[in-house]
Amino acid sequence: MSDIDIEQYKITEEPYYEAMGDEVALYEAAYAARMPVIVKGPTGCGKSRFIEHMAYKLGKPLITVACNEDMTASDLVGRYLLDANGTRWLDGPLTTAARIGAICYLDEIVEARQDTTVVIHPLTDHRRQLPLDKKGELINAHPDFQLVISYNPGYQSMMKDLKQSTKQRFSGLDFDYPDSKVETAIVVKEAGVDEAIAAKLVKIAHTARNLKGHGLDEGISTRLLVYAATLMNNGIEAKSACRMALVTPITDDKDIRDTLIHSIDSIFG
Amino acid sequence: MTTETEFPEYRKKLKCSFEQIEDCFDDYMKDVMRNLSNDGVEDYLKGASMVCMIGRGFEPVLVYLEEMPNIAHDLGEEMLSMVSQAVWDMSRTPNGNSIPPFMHCLPEAARRLGTKEQMKHFIEIIFEMMHATTGSIHGHHTTFASPGLPDLLQQIPYLLSQLSLEGLKNWMEYGARNYNNHPERQRDFFTLQSADSKAMLQRERHGTLYMDNERSLDMYMRSMWQAEEYLVPYSLGFDEMRKPQPYYDSLGMRVPDVFDDKDGISGIDRYRVVLAHMAGHKRWTTRQIADNLSPFQRIAVELFEDSRIEALILRDYPGLRKYFLALHPIPVEGSCDNENESCVRHRLAMLSRAILDENHGYKNPVILEFVEKFHNALKDNAESNSKEMLLLAISFTTKTRLQTDQLPKIRFENTEIDYRDDNRHMWLFIEENDEAEDDTSEPQNLETVEPDGLPPRHYHEWDYNTNSYKPDWVTLYESLHQPGNASDIDKILEKHSALANYLKRLLDLLKPQNYVRIRYQEEGSELDLDVAIRSIIDFKSGAQPDPRINMSHKHDGRDFAVLLLMDLSASLNEVPEGSTQSILELSREATTLLGWSIEQLGDKFAIAGFHSDTRHNVRYHHIKGFTEHWDDTVKSRLAAIEPGYSTRMGAAVRHASHYLEGQQADKKLLLILTDGEPADIDVSDDKLLINDTHKAVDELSAKGIYTHCISLDKKADEYIADIFGKNGYTVIDNIEKLPEQLPKLFMSLTA
Repeated sequence: MSDIDIEQYKITEEPYYEAMGDEVALYEAAYAARMPVIVKGPTGCGKSRFIEHMAYKLGKPLITVACNEDMTASDLVGRYLLDANGTRWLDGPLTTAARIGAICYLDEIVEARQDTTVVIHPLTDHRRQLPLDKKGELINAHPDFQLVISYNPGYQSMMKDLKQSTKQRFSGLDFDYPDSKVETAIVVKEAGVDEAIAAKLVKIAHTARNLKGHGLDEGISTRLLVYAATLMNNGIEAKSACRMALVTPITDDKDIRDTLIHSIDSIFG
Repeated sequence: MTTETEFPEYRKKLKCSFEQIEDCFDDYMKDVMRNLSNDGVEDYLKGASMVCMIGRGFEPVLVYLEEMPNIAHDLGEEMLSMVSQAVWDMSRTPNGNSIPPFMHCLPEAARRLGTKEQMKHFIEIIFEMMHATTGSIHGHHTTFASPGLPDLLQQIPYLLSQLSLEGLKNWMEYGARNYNNHPERQRDFFTLQSADSKAMLQRERHGTLYMDNERSLDMYMRSMWQAEEYLVPYSLGFDEMRKPQPYYDSLGMRVPDVFDDKDGISGIDRYRVVLAHMAGHKRWTTRQIADNLSPFQRIAVELFEDSRIEALILRDYPGLRKYFLALHPIPVEGSCDNENESCVRHRLAMLSRAILDENHGYKNPVILEFVEKFHNALKDNAESNSKEMLLLAISFTTKTRLQTDQLPKIRFENTEIDYRDDNRHMWLFIEENDEAEDDTSEPQNLETVEPDGLPPRHYHEWDYNTNSYKPDWVTLYESLHQPGNASDIDKILEKHSALANYLKRLLDLLKPQNYVRIRYQEEGSELDLDVAIRSIIDFKSGAQPDPRINMSHKHDGRDFAVLLLMDLSASLNEVPEGSTQSILELSREATTLLGWSIEQLGDKFAIAGFHSDTRHNVRYHHIKGFTEHWDDTVKSRLAAIEPGYSTRMGAAVRHASHYLEGQQADKKLLLILTDGEPADIDVSDDKLLINDTHKAVDELSAKGIYTHCISLDKKADEYIADIFGKNGYTVIDNIEKLPEQLPKLFMSLTA
């Protein structure tokens, strides 16, 4: 199956990533051993960006799959499709990655149904194989292949958790929102606003993160801060930009809105 | 004997012969001539003559003569005839004793209301209340004076300070409606003695109520101050002498129960400012030893510390400055007389203002000096500390001390900073002295009696007359039902064994299938061969193939939480015609079969019973909880149920919903088994409880709880659709069939 264009999966420009700790070194070590990695952390804290950054750094192609609850095993592995001459096999993204030796990144894995996640098991232990039972083929993973999944522990639903048998196949990296200084630097760099404004935005984010679990499922993410800063760069007045990027998307609860709007008001003065 | 008057013409027009008038007539007339037009003077005299004619003595006339010129001057001269006409009308009713208090409340009302339209409304609602409460017993119309009116009129100045006119109207209507037949309670209500009256008053208050914003404020504390404080409201309404100030201690932060908008700052923002200030103290203030300081020094230390806290708050939240600036009083320099009054507070307030507001414009060199010292202490993002502020404050008091500071007359004007707390938390008293607070902790009574039920819960009740809730109107007590003999229930099952077998067959059909195949899916986990082959045939023969050739599986589980609420009112004792068993026995059999069936199905299921004896005593009996199994404990409770009292359904429904809310289930169902309409002995209006129950059912459906009523009342059709809606009920005419019908009904509802 050499007709796959590997280049399309390569990342050509270096994605900006600000390290929060030693996660880069840890990941490199895991990759050296081709150990599967699970990255945990709240929405918008930079998980996907980190993986892109690492794929670039390691010079490996990256195949990203956004998981959803309708996703089935054949969406990952591949399926027979009908065409003029009968049926034709089409590789799924996981199969492709195993063939070409890419980093396969399954984003928000808990969204996928539990029976779907089981298909990754044989790839994540010593076998490093992917059986395509419908096609009757057994793929031995390319030496460069690595599996990375992301996982948001913020969901409090019992339904959205990984099986122990899945969890215990991965090494883990914990992500959280960066500390104020780093986060400010990220907002400055990503959106090109000056540091004072970025610092204020970060402060607003902190007030919202304090409300997590008290009406808010997730705090304001770094991504949203960048949105707010970008809007401000485009000439939108600070308070409206914050309202648009930081308040309206995350909640419909009037009390929380009022509280957040007041905090924006207090911080921007 | 009459003294000569300077205005004989006018005196003739005032048809009133009380001697006392002569002494002061001239003074009044001078006042009147200055304030009123010629027509006004005519009206004034005419009005006074009318008030004189009602024969209620001299006092009303005197009040009229004295107060009306001002009122007429401020609100318009039409007030003259309006008031005299009102007094005249009042005198035509048995409420003559209310005329003096009515006259007395007018000046204050006029001052509060401000326009003649408002005054007109005010007089109208007073009259409405008067007509509503004036007695008409046994057809003797308007024979008995309104018991509450004089009391009401005496409360008017206070009420108007708390309520808008509309709020006053609601409050008065509430009292007049609910206590019309009970003169003593009516008086209690209108003198603001009863709890009800205070609760209603609280609800009608103008301004931002703490109760309405509790959640918002909790969030504010959590999000901006990372503090989980317990907020406790105190009432400003009933403490006229000493205005309570916000404060905090180990038990929580105390805030006023209501804040009006002030100086363009909304009530909710005032709450936030108060909380921000206290949260700042909590974060940055350290306790100081108070024993070595004089009271004046302590005030100064508190003020410096308050200013420091604010400066630090503003560093984080500069947007709060506009609130502080608006709420902080602006003492006018030089307005305090150093010779004759104590200016301690005035000086400190000036200092505080100057620290907060760069554009203060004060010239006093000492104040300027200390403002600079203060800012120096906090320069370059330094946080300073409470000790440094203490030293600064002591040197300030030493520098500015005056002999006159000791004078008892203290200037308070423009010195009260009402968003600051009373700083009781920052002092540490080493020696007990007279300023130490009394030890209020009482010895704990160790012999606490084990209560036989849960503490009472209060529920609102809907009043359809006013479209409003009566606050905390019903008191509900929940307890475990005392046990009886569990084997009685087993006997019932034996008796109905044929029916039980039949039900079992039905149940097997309902039992959840673990996996269900869903066919005809475009996307699915597996290829559905039958459909795929058919598609290929279509395709090969040139027809459009069906692309839905996959299938998938899904779990099909039942996820129900059901609560059966049994009406246990006295009417259950009746034996219906053509039956040998009482309604109670039939209900028990039906519940037994239902309970047994549901246990087989494995749904979450609870049973409770209720009856009521007036609104003060609604009993809610716990028979089976969601986590309990259908075992002997449950059976014994069910065996012991006994009817009694009445059916106040709304409160029981609300209480049941509070349990259902706590359950995690896809579908929640409240089944109500009753034999009649909601009624209670303290309610004479049939519709009231029907409407209340309907409201309760609405509340439930808003929470996603489905309500279904099984009524054993053949005449239920008249009212039941009004309560439970078109499809929300089943009437069982043949009550003998109930044991069979109830489980079946349940199955059809949940299948």
